[in-house]
Amino acid sequence: MLVSLYRYNPETDTKPTMQDYELDLPAGKDLMVLDVLELLKRKDVSIAYRRSCREGVCGSDGMNINGTNGLACITPVSSAAKGGKLILRPLPGLPVVRDLVVDMAVFYKQFEKVQPFLINDQPTPAIERLQSPEDREKLDGLYECILCACCSTNCPSFWWNPDKFIGPAGLLQAYRFLADSRDTATDERLANLEDPFSVFRCRGIMNCVAVCPKGLNPTRAIGHIRSMLLQRAT
Amino acid sequence: MVTNVTNFGRSGLYDWVIQRLTAVVLAVYFVFFLSYLLFNPDVNYQQWQALFSTTWMRIASLLALLAICAHAWIGLWTISTDYLTSDMIGAKATVIRFLFQTGCVVLMFIYLVWGIQILWGI
Ligand code: SF4
Ligand code: SF4
Ligand code: FES
Repeated sequence: MLVSLYRYNPETDTKPTMQDYELDLPAGKDLMVLDVLELLKRKDVSIAYRRSCREGVCGSDGMNINGTNGLACITPVSSAAKGGKLILRPLPGLPVVRDLVVDMAVFYKQFEKVQPFLINDQPTPAIERLQSPEDREKLDGLYECILCACCSTNCPSFWWNPDKFIGPAGLLQAYRFLADSRDTATDERLANLEDPFSVFRCRGIMNCVAVCPKGLNPTRAIGHIRSMLLQRAT
Repeated sequence: MVTNVTNFGRSGLYDWVIQRLTAVVLAVYFVFFLSYLLFNPDVNYQQWQALFSTTWMRIASLLALLAICAHAWIGLWTISTDYLTSDMIGAKATVIRFLFQTGCVVLMFIYLVWGIQILWGI
């Protein structure tokens, strides 16, 4: 199998290059893309990438696989490398630290901006803040995000304004707390999102939805935020 | 909250609502326009002038004119803050973006005044 890998070390290289590797894959098995990377790393220890759980829960190995963002550990080689060639690049739009490792600082900054934690100004109850099963259900499809950044780095609006547009991942979490019946900071949260950039840079092209490895729908959440902003202002 | 001084409304929500309302106004105006031409294929100067000298047509045209200016401004402002940024075109981005936005405002203003002159000059 031919693997074409994005190689870049900003300290020694003047520009990124694509390096080709010929790799013998064990027969009769459909490996995941991450397995291929592990095999490559045995041949060439200088290859850099992030990984941890190898089962799609930690979100570390988001990368661009044959043109589509995804998690290497749960993307089968058979479905990714249709033309018999596997092409691996870092997530687009973020600064490259080395090879497939990107600098996620700006992505986390946007996440931080939405105050991704419960805010409640009522006295703390003795045991826990209760929530009805119906209210709890409203958080389904929101809380499952693993912050892999596949969505935000697939979003043109995020490429153009990564410092101003919160991006699909951050906005999904913004809505996760707007929709939470136990959160009392709804108004303050909405006020922080009303400017022309934070939410309204979303053009609704659903690039985010197309790649989310968890099958989540940030575009729908963004639509809900917009309606909440509209309701608040009218 | 991201602040920006060149955006008149200072609010993404207002821009968004205005963009949609003006789109509806423009759509209605142009559908009327096209259907008028479709049902009166050999319209002559007298009919054309009569149409545009009615008060309702002037109001509608003025509304469409205002709508197109607002719509174009919001659209072009957005484009300028997407593509004319320091990430895209380097250090001179702020100057270039500001000049572009000023150009847009001036152009929109000229079109507006000119359009009003035409409408009331008939
Ligand atoms: S729908 Fe919005 S957030 Fe999602 S990719 Fe498109 S512009 Fe980005
Ligand atoms: S919404 Fe999906 S693609 Fe985006 S960060 Fe969360 S899990 Fe990853
Ligand atoms: S290694 Fe954890 S998600 Fe892929």
